[in-house]
Amino acid sequence: MRRNQVAVVGAAETAELGVIPTMSQLQLHADAALNAIADAGLKLSDIDGFATAVETPQQVCHYLGIKPTWVDGTSVGGCSFMLHVRHAAAAIEAGLCKTVLITHAESGKSMIGKQPRFTAPDSLNGQFEAPFGVYGPPSMFPIPVLRFMKTYGITHEQLATVAVVQREWATKNPRAMMKEPITVADVLNSRMIAYPFRLLQCCLVTDGGGALILTSADRARDFPRKPVYIMGTGESVETPMVSQMETFNSSRAFKVAGPLAFKEAGIAHGDVDHLMIYDAFAHLPLFGLGDLGFMPYEETGRFIADGNTRPGGKLPLNTNGGGLSYMHSGMYGMYALQESVRQMRGIAPAQVPNARISVCHGVGGMFAASGTIVFTNER
Amino acid sequence: MAEPQRARPKPTPETQHFWDGTKAGELRLQRCDACAHVYFPPRPFCPSCASRKVSIFKASGKGFLYSYVINHRPAAPGFTPPYAIAVVELAEGPRMMSNIIDCPQTPEALELDMKLEVAYQKLDDAITLPVFRPAKG
Repeated sequence: MRRNQVAVVGAAETAELGVIPTMSQLQLHADAALNAIADAGLKLSDIDGFATAVETPQQVCHYLGIKPTWVDGTSVGGCSFMLHVRHAAAAIEAGLCKTVLITHAESGKSMIGKQPRFTAPDSLNGQFEAPFGVYGPPSMFPIPVLRFMKTYGITHEQLATVAVVQREWATKNPRAMMKEPITVADVLNSRMIAYPFRLLQCCLVTDGGGALILTSADRARDFPRKPVYIMGTGESVETPMVSQMETFNSSRAFKVAGPLAFKEAGIAHGDVDHLMIYDAFAHLPLFGLGDLGFMPYEETGRFIADGNTRPGGKLPLNTNGGGLSYMHSGMYGMYALQESVRQMRGIAPAQVPNARISVCHGVGGMFAASGTIVFTNER
Repeated sequence: MAEPQRARPKPTPETQHFWDGTKAGELRLQRCDACAHVYFPPRPFCPSCASRKVSIFKASGKGFLYSYVINHRPAAPGFTPPYAIAVVELAEGPRMMSNIIDCPQTPEALELDMKLEVAYQKLDDAITLPVFRPAKG
């Protein structure tokens, strides 16, 4: 795909984030969508392309009253929205639609109007993982981490600093769910969830939503907000079964999606001013730094422990506080994208000065899928 | 109300041989007749070269502990926490999720790369699960 031909011209989250007992999941989609449409200065009737995950496009389009000529219901977990951005950019370039709305919402905490997740007993996961006691993401997502730690000499203290640094970012963000500073000792003394991970190394469970609006870069100049251009994109999937990953020393889906986006954007790692790596659990930023090629895996733990990703560090990472401290409704990718857009607009609560290029990397399922978007505010 | 039950696998036509195997005290894998790739989970073609000519064989049942978590909460129905959810790398190459028996469910006892051997845990008349224990000797 050609770089900088499509731009984000509208971006918003639900008015509230956290615990929202007053709205169903479907209404959270609408709340985010209407906020993004207002942000872009558009009318609902201007939207001719639509993408969402978990909820179907027909469900959300009907509820909102949208009549699309292009839809995408790609639903590969929390990075689905990175894939939607990629697909939408291609669709706009191909002339299939002009103005795409992408929505995410999840009543992850209040569970209002949300279908429970279910593993069929005759699926492969149902036959070859569920009988051995996996029960929700905390019991599955960390399964690779002990091998990763042994292979690369990563320590428990280093993995604890991921949560500490992200909390430091969250203290600067009024909308973050958790804003009290924490220490490595706090992390290592928090309640055990699934060894080696403790409570503060696991993502929050919240309600909320977000929406993006994309259009061609040529049209983007006429919108009220500073356009944020899609510079590069990548996507991949590996396996729905964490036990069947090719290796626990890296994520194949990350290693496909990340480099594709860098190549398309034509950037080197040193060009990246701002980085988001979807952190459902504390090991994901380490996998991301290694798989995206920022540094050898052996250095990832020390890099974070040494403060390189904290406020004022050389590679600002997860600057909203991340899934560990900002919010995590179940599919966090949309919130990572929102933070990248805010950073590129120059309006983030913890703004990285003069940031021009932001890389936003997402995971879906338990390393099942991945999507990477490179944004820039310069065309 | 009955106790919540451990998740029970329901075989499909493609996996029936595996579950028949565990019931008979055998860990069955598949090998491609064309390229010799050994794979898991079961399917009637080779995921490496796409050949439909594949054979079922009895695996050695030996392997090592590749990685694990010790799950504290929330516990799956039928499990008493803390319990380890392990991934075992089999001597033939494929990996599978399982549980480790005859071993304390602690980080000290569960050493990565420890040698394991298969054991069988009967769930009911139709389903027997493959689990692993520290290898003797």
